[in-house]
Amino acid sequence: MKMTKTLKLAGVAASALIAGASGAFAQDASCPIKVGVLHSLSGTMAISETTLKDTMEMLVEQQNAKGGVLGCELEAVVVDPASDWPLFAEKARELLTVHDVDVIFGNWTSVSRKSVLPVIEELNGLLFYPVQYEGEESSKNVFYTGAAPNQQAIPATDYFLEELGVEKFALLGTDYVYPRTTNNILESYLKSKGIAEEDIFVNYTPFGHSDWATIVADVVALGADGKQVGVISTINGDANIGFYKELAAAGVSADDIPVVAFSVGEEELSGLDTSNLVGHLAAWNYFQSAEGEANAEFIKTWKARMGDERVTNDPMEAHYIGFNMWVNAVTDAGTTDVDAVRTAMYGQEFPNLTGGTATMLPNHHLSKPVLIGEIREDGQFDIISQTAEVPGDAWTDFLPESAVLKSDWKDLGCGMYNTETSTCVQIKSNY
Amino acid sequence: MLRATLLVIAFCLALPAQMATAQDSPLQTLLQSQAGEVAKPGRRSVGVVIDALVAETPEGTALFLERWQNKGVFLNENDGLFYYAQKSGDGYELFDIATDAPVGTATKDELTEIRPNGGVRRVIGGALVQFQLSDPDKERRTAALDAILRSPDASQIDPLRASTEGEPDNALRALKERLANLLTARFGASTDDRITAINALSGTMDVDSRAALNQILTKSAAVAPELPQDANIARVLTVGEDISQQDAYAQLVDAGIAPERQTADTIKARLSDNIVDGRVGGIPVGQLSSEENREKAYAALAQAGTVPPLVTDETIQTAINEHAFFETYAESDAAITTAAETALSEVESRVARNQIFDVSLDAISLASIYFLAAIGLAITFGVMGVINMAHGEFIMMGAYTGYVVQQIIPDYTLSLVVALPLAFAVTFAAGVAMERLVIRWLYHRPLETLLATFGISIALQQLAKNIFGTQARPLTSPGWLDGAWVINDVVQIANIRIAIFVLALIFLGLILFVLNKTRLGLEVRAVTQNPGMAASMGINPDRINMLTFGLGSGIAGIAGVAIGLYAKVTSEMGADYIVQSFMTVVVGGVGNVWGTLAGATLIGGLQKGIEWFNPSNTLAAQTYMILFIILFIQFRPRGVVALKGRAAGD
Amino acid sequence: MKRKSFVAENPSILWFLAALALFTIFVTAMSEAAGIGVVSTSFIKTLGKTLCLCLIAVAMDIVWGYCGILSLGHFAFFGLGGYAIGMWLMYARTEIIVTESLSAAAIPPTPEEIHDAVATQIFGVVGTNEFPLIWAFADSLFMQLAFVILVPGLLALVFGWLAFRSRVTGVYLSILTQAMTLALSLYLFQNDSGLRGNNGLSGLQNIPYLGDVPQSMISIAFFWASAVALGLGYVLCAYVVSGKMGSVIRGIRDNESRVRFLGYHVESYKLFVFTLTAVIAAIAGALYYPQAGIINPAEIAPIASIYLAVWVAIGGRGRLYGAVIGAAFVSLLSSWFTGGGAPSIPLGFYTIQWTDWWLVLLGLSFVAVTLLAPQGIGGLFDLIGKKSKSEGAK
Repeated sequence: MKMTKTLKLAGVAASALIAGASGAFAQDASCPIKVGVLHSLSGTMAISETTLKDTMEMLVEQQNAKGGVLGCELEAVVVDPASDWPLFAEKARELLTVHDVDVIFGNWTSVSRKSVLPVIEELNGLLFYPVQYEGEESSKNVFYTGAAPNQQAIPATDYFLEELGVEKFALLGTDYVYPRTTNNILESYLKSKGIAEEDIFVNYTPFGHSDWATIVADVVALGADGKQVGVISTINGDANIGFYKELAAAGVSADDIPVVAFSVGEEELSGLDTSNLVGHLAAWNYFQSAEGEANAEFIKTWKARMGDERVTNDPMEAHYIGFNMWVNAVTDAGTTDVDAVRTAMYGQEFPNLTGGTATMLPNHHLSKPVLIGEIREDGQFDIISQTAEVPGDAWTDFLPESAVLKSDWKDLGCGMYNTETSTCVQIKSNY
Repeated sequence: MLRATLLVIAFCLALPAQMATAQDSPLQTLLQSQAGEVAKPGRRSVGVVIDALVAETPEGTALFLERWQNKGVFLNENDGLFYYAQKSGDGYELFDIATDAPVGTATKDELTEIRPNGGVRRVIGGALVQFQLSDPDKERRTAALDAILRSPDASQIDPLRASTEGEPDNALRALKERLANLLTARFGASTDDRITAINALSGTMDVDSRAALNQILTKSAAVAPELPQDANIARVLTVGEDISQQDAYAQLVDAGIAPERQTADTIKARLSDNIVDGRVGGIPVGQLSSEENREKAYAALAQAGTVPPLVTDETIQTAINEHAFFETYAESDAAITTAAETALSEVESRVARNQIFDVSLDAISLASIYFLAAIGLAITFGVMGVINMAHGEFIMMGAYTGYVVQQIIPDYTLSLVVALPLAFAVTFAAGVAMERLVIRWLYHRPLETLLATFGISIALQQLAKNIFGTQARPLTSPGWLDGAWVINDVVQIANIRIAIFVLALIFLGLILFVLNKTRLGLEVRAVTQNPGMAASMGINPDRINMLTFGLGSGIAGIAGVAIGLYAKVTSEMGADYIVQSFMTVVVGGVGNVWGTLAGATLIGGLQKGIEWFNPSNTLAAQTYMILFIILFIQFRPRGVVALKGRAAGD
Repeated sequence: MKRKSFVAENPSILWFLAALALFTIFVTAMSEAAGIGVVSTSFIKTLGKTLCLCLIAVAMDIVWGYCGILSLGHFAFFGLGGYAIGMWLMYARTEIIVTESLSAAAIPPTPEEIHDAVATQIFGVVGTNEFPLIWAFADSLFMQLAFVILVPGLLALVFGWLAFRSRVTGVYLSILTQAMTLALSLYLFQNDSGLRGNNGLSGLQNIPYLGDVPQSMISIAFFWASAVALGLGYVLCAYVVSGKMGSVIRGIRDNESRVRFLGYHVESYKLFVFTLTAVIAAIAGALYYPQAGIINPAEIAPIASIYLAVWVAIGGRGRLYGAVIGAAFVSLLSSWFTGGGAPSIPLGFYTIQWTDWWLVLLGLSFVAVTLLAPQGIGGLFDLIGKKSKSEGAK
């Protein structure tokens, strides 16, 4: 009797073992070329990340229709890290060792990227990260196709200072690393622009915060000393819905207190009625409303595939550029070997959907134009400002510790190079 | 690009009659002289155009400024002229900017919409003031007043005064008078005028008056060897009390009076600059891994004159002692600043009192949301003792019902009227189904209901995701719920929150009525207290349990519609409320609707209270609130409103 | 009364240990570290983590299945254990990197400089560059190991003492424990908590001073450590629930008042069980997170502890091996389904994607298990046992 019990136990273990290990046998085929997609399909981040998984599948299909890469079909390997940060590391390891993918496109949140970094660096993988982020990081194995702070936050702040004449800033954010770091950078940037410390109001709220009445009232009260108030919002995800609803209810118009958001795009606006938000701003490298043939084509394919009501957004463009650059780099290198592709990536150029050309820099960031858009009634943006291409900067110039650092993987072979002492601080990234 | 240009040219050739006729009005000519700035205006540079326009005021200036401000002006790429345009069919109909007369058509590709940004719009608004102040259209006059509020200016006083006389609208006239007073307080010609205006401001509370007073009281920090006699000094700062020693010294450094203090980094940099034969100031480099040796080495270097001497605490202290630190007003007239200080302190104390009132309103609103979310649970958990972890998902189902109804019925008011009962019906049915299929088998195992309903909860959540997708869905409140009830300039509350509050009251009344005054309520209480006895009295406990559970679930559905209206509709929205709701019920006291009310009030009030003391960290407020609840339950394990006797048993 | 050795009383312990040992050796032999590589390193990590989950499930089984306290907060202790060890891992790893880079400078660094640079590295992401007070002992492995046990132990002791003293029982206690873990996770979510807020502690799989050892070896080492911990934990738990003490504990589950009237100090027993299991959970956490690589506050959100209860329920309460089976079975099955390992089922009009439908299935299976098989999977063994031997398993 006891025997059966134990046998059963062993059986369970063994079957689980086989289930997990079976993937390990299929290896070493150079065709098809495997593209790992590491985006959450469930959990809190699924809201944003599922779209990117669909984008990747669309891009892979399009490339296959064009004949694949190096004469091979591309195959998208989709895994679901379920918005669970440790699971990101596990799935990344699985993609690289079990599925033997040649490249990974994935992640949204910074914490998930930090979770994946040690694994990617240990196994020398290749990750394309498509979301605007806080910078202060440079990994040999990651290409950051989203905006660094100087490609989104700083130009938007300049716009506030120059064009809107804002003198008092409310930095509202969700309590996690991207808002915290961005706000730190912005605080020191604003101080360098002569804004006094007491004219910067910082507030952090939890994920999914919905009770905004008090905070909105606080922001309105900031105007009591007669200075023009502006809000820089790094509020993440669906907390924005409650925030904008409360703004509208309090009758705060964009002319009184403009709000510029770094995490609100077309996708987020589709979740609310925008008629009261007209005139508030967002800063991105891409808006669906950008005019141009490539963009029109991209939107058409996307809508044909996903449905007419679906919108395109900035991280999708980042994946579009990143994927195409990778395809070109692989073609140039004639192999999918990570180091060869990495070298071939530097200087890769690809046309942006918004016009102009994105260039991959030796610090693994893109040079891209910065766009500022005003919210329209239909949930789209009117582009009211578009800069020339801005080269992404891994280490901000506005924090003293980071100002001396520089990332150059091409010539210096170092992501954290101290220009004062002319030494490489560390080869691995900090996580 | 080339192809597009060719197409445009072909189009122009094919339809010469449709081409816009050339405009040569003075307005167009003036604009053409600054065409680049008109097409791409910047806040700082647009003044040139505006000044020119205002100075000459060619025909149609006012209309042009207005259209320009509202993104109504287009640049025709064919002739480089500016037009107004209106969409007609596939193309646009063009209008002359001076006369607003139709002058032809153009395609979308030929036209560029001119989009002045918010800053430029404000500048244009300022320029428009003079045209709009006495405009017959009330909206334009309001816009002019808004523009003055946004950028007050001394030059606006006279036109504003002049227009006040003839103002037909009472509200607008009051506003104009208020504005004139505001402007006089800041920019008035004589001291007496200004002081009178300032005194009038002391009775107000609005942001603009406070802004005006604060602007008058603009201060700047200054440092000098002695207090100056001629300056209007706001206050003298005592180092160590009003200003820290560090800040005081930094001020001296900024003023160029004292040398900057060396930081550890600069000392280190100087040392490494002066390494001679592996030694710095006679100390071997290898020994420089301590602060003490570094200071010695630096002192040696300073002695030799290679580096500036070290700024020590004593030198700092002496420098500070030799100077006076103070704040001066930008306004030189002391009588005005004194009057403004008095007025401002009066205003501020009134504002503070009203803020407390405002926070209390927010607290009541939050409490009513918690109450609404928890009241269904108060019935299922409180009365029946069933732990329903899927309660949050019933809230979500209600919200999605609202969303679906809005997709079918586009009228927001009507759809809300339909959605509320429908949400009740849907979740009532779901609740009854759940009770029949699952919960009734588990009445004697309360802890296991928790597990089973948790299973249902994650299944429902995922199901919602599969059906509605992961994006948040819009649930828009009808127009009459937009906006806020403005009690005064500080105290206001969004209408939707008032509606939720009313809804919560209605449900409180309804539930009290059902439980205490109806047959059903009697039977529910009977079954809750003693099912066996109730059954032998002819009550069917199965039916009662089913109905009670359905009722609790149905209310959750209605709460879902309300919560969706004020926040968001996602598949995870239920999870946000479930723990909160349980705590509301537990803190309030299980088995009692009044308890739930007390719990919701306590939790909502507490959360707002903590937030008020620590406004920059909402997360901390939630943490402290939960800690408080844990402690509270230690001392009152049965909640605020505790039942006594038999009914209180587990 | 003299009683038999508790192991002799529970021969199933020996069977369990034997199976665990066999399994461990088998996996090791098949691993990449052994050169065979049938079992990938990522799967070894999964298995190692699963063993840790089994350990906390055993703890949960003691506190719930045997003592009747449905704690919905044991993952808080698990997480605290992970944080305690994670602090040392991060500190030591960063210190090595920093020392190396600073030694390249012209002037040798002072200890304070190294300390500050470590702080800047670790806390740069949350915008500060100073060590909070709670990191005072982060440079000492010994102290942090002690904290793995002390911090969760103390928290459980204080919390348990407060709760049991005021006779909070049943669902109230469940909700109270849930509130505790919610408060803790919300607190840790704040950036100013001193534990890097939402970022948590990351890169924990890179063990300091073992930089040259490949992950395949490290993963095996942790796998073994987890197996040993599970074995020891199992024996300890089996000991606790055997004999007179076990009877009292079970008595409390079945009828607390009656045990109290018999003269036992019920609160002390409950407090002992609660604290002991909290410590076991913490040890499991300390072994789990170096394998997971990152710990952050989301790990101790209330939902995690609910899952824990579900594993135990599915595995079968009141039998230790049930907890082990439940944790292993559900967590492995979960990772198989969500990993896209399960084939989609085309129905013609609709294709069932398991990544979309797995949670629905899991949710419904909780319901099914609670309704139809309250004894869980472990109950099956009882049935088999009863059939093959007439005197029955109990």
